[in-house]
Amino acid sequence: MTQHDKGADQPSASFRVGAAVPTRRQVWLRQRRRRALLVAVVSTVVVFGSAITLVVTSSGWPKVKTIFFNGERFREDFPEVLSYLWVDVKLFLQCAPFILIWGMVIALCRNTRNPALFPLRAFAAIYTDFFRGVPIILTIYLVGFGIPKLGLLEGEFHFLGFGGNWNSVYLWGPIALILGYSAYVAEVFRSGIEGVHESQRAGARSLGMSHSQTMRHVVLPQAARRVVPPLMNDFLSLQKDVALLSVLGIIEVFRRATSIKDLTGNFTPLVAAAVIFLALTVPETRLVDWYSSRQRKRTSGSEVL
Amino acid sequence: MSTPDRRIKVDIRHVHKSFGSKVVLDDVSLQVGEHEVVCLIGASGSGKSTLLRCINLLEPIDDGEIVLTDVNGAATDISEPGLNPDPIRRRIGMVFQGYNLFPHMSVLRNITLGPTKVRKQSKSDAEHLALELLGRFGLQDKATAYPDQLSGGQQQRVAIVRALAMQPELMLLDEVTAALDPVLVGEVLNVIRDMRGQGMTMVLATHEMGFAREISDMVCFLKDGIILEAAPPATLFTAPERPETAEFLQRVIASGRL
Repeated sequence: MTQHDKGADQPSASFRVGAAVPTRRQVWLRQRRRRALLVAVVSTVVVFGSAITLVVTSSGWPKVKTIFFNGERFREDFPEVLSYLWVDVKLFLQCAPFILIWGMVIALCRNTRNPALFPLRAFAAIYTDFFRGVPIILTIYLVGFGIPKLGLLEGEFHFLGFGGNWNSVYLWGPIALILGYSAYVAEVFRSGIEGVHESQRAGARSLGMSHSQTMRHVVLPQAARRVVPPLMNDFLSLQKDVALLSVLGIIEVFRRATSIKDLTGNFTPLVAAAVIFLALTVPETRLVDWYSSRQRKRTSGSEVL
Repeated sequence: MSTPDRRIKVDIRHVHKSFGSKVVLDDVSLQVGEHEVVCLIGASGSGKSTLLRCINLLEPIDDGEIVLTDVNGAATDISEPGLNPDPIRRRIGMVFQGYNLFPHMSVLRNITLGPTKVRKQSKSDAEHLALELLGRFGLQDKATAYPDQLSGGQQQRVAIVRALAMQPELMLLDEVTAALDPVLVGEVLNVIRDMRGQGMTMVLATHEMGFAREISDMVCFLKDGIILEAAPPATLFTAPERPETAEFLQRVIASGRL
């Protein structure tokens, strides 16, 4: 920057916005931005500093520290708890595709127009009401313990590389999650479908395309883009809710941490479990945010009404 | 226009349409001959758009008939209840005020979707025709662009090409320049002039009075769902019969649109 150039205050500068010499207004804006950053840093340090001080200086802190934040226990238990991470990830990966497919089926059922298919619509409406209304943990209990008790199925099953006992909790636990989560995912799909403007349907139908062709080529591809951020949110919470399957006796991160706690009487392994879940979900959260903001930038102001 | 061998393309007979208790079309009758251009004028809410949507079966009519005659002279009442609208719609092209292009597809895909999926044309045939039409309207370099990357005038021209690619017997244009920047209106009107030159039968709802006057064989003035006056433009614009028409034109002139 050439400070000798006195163009900044002269009228000609107004034609050179973005040129090497900043205008008076640009200088002012830059100063204001710098001041805002400084204020943010100071206020953050003050707020977090006092919160930490408050906790650390409290009378119960030494006890809490040894029970929850015991460094020695952490070093010992963390690898053990971490070794069960794969169970959580595997359960998640087993559930996710089925949730997507089943959720889409439910959403399409709710979108049918044909009166002969009304039972499907009614089923889909009742289904979403039911599974969104029941706490997921109850669904897990009822499906995971109830259905095997019916004794309908005996022996072993093999399907696409999965396999095991028909009455295994490793089968019915994930099914419970699939049933519950697909109700939410179906609603996400449905709002995505309904969010595609009516004029898009009119455009497609005016070309002589049928209802199903319109759905397939025009509505669903556009709905798919809209639903990605809310879907990613749902899958984020699925990644955590996999831990609920521990109530069926599936040993995963949370369950293993609890059993170590029961053994040693120290809560530090649960903190280790929290750290593991955070390490898994925080990058996912950032990914969702990044994708949403990119999406917003791409479509803002240029969407066809 | 009333030549002895005039063939009627679409015959609208006593059409009634209401939305709830609001009457939108009240006993509308209109004949459009082959290769003719008919303009519908009138204030917003007079029923112009609804009439076009009824012809394209996007809205079912409450009473009356809409008879479409195909190239072999076979006449069908397309408003007959229970008739599958899809094969009829592919014979009628429609262009909307808001373009209604598919934002997730390239210009070329927008245009070839109907021909390939509905008319079952091969991809290469459909693309060949699309590129030819794009070239005709000065859009040959936009084939791979997405609708968002085009100006309003370009988008509307693509929308017209999309409708034309279905090789329709009749085109319906619903205020196709109303959403456009004034400087972009001309390029779209040129496309319509070109279509007229090619002998396309068209019904237009429009606010462009000067254009209506230039291009139409007949102009219909609608008010409250009634065609109050239908006449060749030379008559309707210079010596309207009805005082309502005169008043409407007066207001258009006062607002500087004629």
